Amino acid sequence: MNSNDTLIPYVGIVTDIRIDTPDVKTFRVEAPEGGKVFEHMPGQCAMLSIPGVGEAMFSITSSPTNKDYMEFSIKKCGCLTSWLHAMDVGQMITLRGPYGNAFPVETELKGKDLLFIAGGIGLAPLRSVIHYVRDKRENYGSIQVIYGSRSKDDLVDYQEIIDEWMADDGVEVNLTIDNAQEGWDGHVGFVPNYVKELNPSTNKTVLVCGPPIMIKFTLAGLKEIGFTETQVYTTMELRMKCGVGKCGRCNIGNKYVCKDGPVFRFDQLDELPDEY
Amino acid sequence: MLRIAFDKLDELFAAVSAKNTLYIPTNREDGEAEYKKYEPGMKLTYNLNTLRSAKDFFFPQTEDLVEFKMEGKNIEVKDIRKESEDFVIFGVRPCDARSFTILDKVYLVDPVDSYYKNRRDHGTVVSLACTRPAETCFCQTFGIDPTAPEGDCACWSDGRYYYFKANTEKGTAFLDSIASLLEDGDTAELDKAIERTKTIMSKLPLAKLSTENFGGDKLNEYFNSDKWAELSESCLGCGTCTFVCPTCQCYDIKDFNTGNGIKRYRCWDSCMYSDFTKMAHGNPRLTQLERFRQRFMHKLVYFPANNNGEFGCVGCGRCLSKCPISMNIVKVMKALEEK
Amino acid sequence: MQEAMINRAKQLLADGTVKRVIGWKRGEFAYDITPAVFETAEELDKDFVFDDFTSANVSKYLVKESQKEGKVLAFLKPCDTYSLNQLTKEHRVNRDNIYVIGVPGGPKLDVEKIKAKGITGITNLRNENYTIKIETIYGEETMPFYEAILDKCASCKSKKHVTYDELIGEDGDVLESNRFDMVEKLENMTSQERYDFWRGELSKCIRCNACRNVCPACTCENCVFDNPKSGIDNKAPADSFEENMFHIIRAFHVAGRCTDCGECSRVCPQHIPLHLLNRKFIKDINSLYGEYQAGEDITSRAPLTDYTADDCEASIVHERGVE
Repeated sequence: MNSNDTLIPYVGIVTDIRIDTPDVKTFRVEAPEGGKVFEHMPGQCAMLSIPGVGEAMFSITSSPTNKDYMEFSIKKCGCLTSWLHAMDVGQMITLRGPYGNAFPVETELKGKDLLFIAGGIGLAPLRSVIHYVRDKRENYGSIQVIYGSRSKDDLVDYQEIIDEWMADDGVEVNLTIDNAQEGWDGHVGFVPNYVKELNPSTNKTVLVCGPPIMIKFTLAGLKEIGFTETQVYTTMELRMKCGVGKCGRCNIGNKYVCKDGPVFRFDQLDELPDEY
Repeated sequence: MLRIAFDKLDELFAAVSAKNTLYIPTNREDGEAEYKKYEPGMKLTYNLNTLRSAKDFFFPQTEDLVEFKMEGKNIEVKDIRKESEDFVIFGVRPCDARSFTILDKVYLVDPVDSYYKNRRDHGTVVSLACTRPAETCFCQTFGIDPTAPEGDCACWSDGRYYYFKANTEKGTAFLDSIASLLEDGDTAELDKAIERTKTIMSKLPLAKLSTENFGGDKLNEYFNSDKWAELSESCLGCGTCTFVCPTCQCYDIKDFNTGNGIKRYRCWDSCMYSDFTKMAHGNPRLTQLERFRQRFMHKLVYFPANNNGEFGCVGCGRCLSKCPISMNIVKVMKALEEK
Repeated sequence: MQEAMINRAKQLLADGTVKRVIGWKRGEFAYDITPAVFETAEELDKDFVFDDFTSANVSKYLVKESQKEGKVLAFLKPCDTYSLNQLTKEHRVNRDNIYVIGVPGGPKLDVEKIKAKGITGITNLRNENYTIKIETIYGEETMPFYEAILDKCASCKSKKHVTYDELIGEDGDVLESNRFDMVEKLENMTSQERYDFWRGELSKCIRCNACRNVCPACTCENCVFDNPKSGIDNKAPADSFEENMFHIIRAFHVAGRCTDCGECSRVCPQHIPLHLLNRKFIKDINSLYGEYQAGEDITSRAPLTDYTADDCEASIVHERGVE
């Protein structure tokens, strides 16, 4: 008999909790003996759980180039996430994974100029890629990040973006918030419109993540500018239980988001039924 | 061919059950058949099939996965599995025998589900060819020959003898274990019985049902069909079809507080249920139409797309008999084909 | 009868009285009938059926159908009218948007009873003077009609339509039924015998939820058993306690509202006599609060939601609990 099964989770310890926004916290997780619980590639996910409370799939926010720990940026919106938000440093949680494919950082994205477009908590899965390509700067062309949220307070990783990303050579960051507010002298407006205003070069490869409505209008805007669907990647989220394409609920057509996704190129999504 | 006389079946059951746990389909009080652990005196059912399918042996309705001890901020994970005992299932019909190879395509592909594999490794399937198919049978639609069943060991009857032929190593081991009870005999009568069954098969009301209009390449043709609204209109959204189906394999994972820790178990789930795809922030299948469509698209389009054209149905007919409103895959196939 | 129903439905569609018709649609075989909505005369001619197998109670579908634009014509058997009345009373249907034609009730047939006789390969069926002639691929069989009727019809409570806009056929009367006989038998058992009886039955449950989903009294938008916050949304019977409680809690939830339409037992794939739980409540309500039939009318106060000074004391539970 197999002594192990992907359904049997590992234990991890929460060693740091960062408050990002009023409803987003970033949790640092390490193995009990130190180091990472498992390795992953940018875009992959993990099943986190508090036994008795629930288990759910979250994208791994940290980059695999971080050798010490994993991070998860989690928005409080349900039963499990409320519990996670209420816990203290030192709490154990269970993890299993990594699940799903990843952004093709070592293949299709290599050598490309990259444009990241994110809305709200949608930055979480992209942050892993952004860190990865910043750490392996020589493998990629220019990097542009267009990121927006409802308000300044809702920008996840704000301090890190200001202190680290913006300080990097060859990294351009454009922030926007939905409505003007005191203490904000940056751009105001929705992400899809801001993308059109910025009119990025169409030789870039785009990675977009955010609320479905934002993704929809962003894609339409990109097409207007002259991008094609084969240039744009996104990452999907559906209800999951097993993480390995067996429990049967996260499919879009014959593709299981947990196993065949979560990363899809838009031309691939086009072949799937409109049920997500 | 190796065979045993009808009146010696009890001896055979006794011999098998002396070595391994044996399950046979037997009648319960209400006349329905179900698999039960063999005990002396128990009789093999004359019903064509069991109410519940045989998938329960490898994919039970509930199965414990792991236990957690919670103490303060600490969590201890305990693998509570025990090695399964060897067991024999006798009398699995050809449709159900095929269902195992369909379940294998889900559970034995990487990453292998070790819970399922453990049971599969320890189970020997002795299938039983059909002699009296029902009007609800349509296994031949899916290329199943009810006179040549799959399974580790195939068994036929001609009304006087049960004949045996091993299909796998496990089947050979099974026959070796009962060799002293078997005799070699000619199959003239059996051949006639098989011919009779074949004639009946050709006369079944669903004999002409074909899969030629279905398969992995039919996504666009059927997904947006206007037939779904009408077909799903009276669906109750219950899980009867799913739970009696030998190939439905979806599950949920749940935690149960035992008072002494947390037991994590999995249990059958149904794509027909309203919360199947429900998330904290929304649900991609909001109405019964989408849930209903998912079940049939999965069997007729998605599953073949992922499995070299094999369909996720074996034509056992259980959903035809058990759906509270008599809506089923046959009606769906016929309606979708109507242009 | 079927022809008269189709003709009347066509008239009402044609003169604009109704926009849709809810009834029953013919199936693959002689017995597998599906409740269905018809919108045109052609659809009615092609598929509408009313025969010995049209047992499904279509009242619950009216919760959704009556909210849609335009009137819906519903063909209701006597037992179905009780369900509709109860739904009207609970404000779950828009009765003004429903045109009810009362049609005669059963007894309806239960094909499982025929199959249980070993009759299989059924290709056709007809009732000739209360003998069922069954054509099968193995030859012709016969069976007395009354041996194949649904359990719910065998203990029919009423042939009377309690609500209708018109009738096709004659109206009947409330019947003296034997429906509490089995409940009485269970009451007369020792508690251990009774426990064993129910464990034997409820341990068969596969939690398919067919009983709940078909039940006209179960129209909650979100059932407690589907609510993760309830702590009882375990989907499968995680243990025997779960197995028992699902059905017992459900019986409590519909107590005083269950019209005893018998659909729960009819649809149970495992043949669990679930209606007996409901009948126990009905019998108790009758003896503790006076005769009451849910769905009989839409004005009377329901005993469990209406306080009167004559109500029995809570201590009745203790008194009756003593054996």
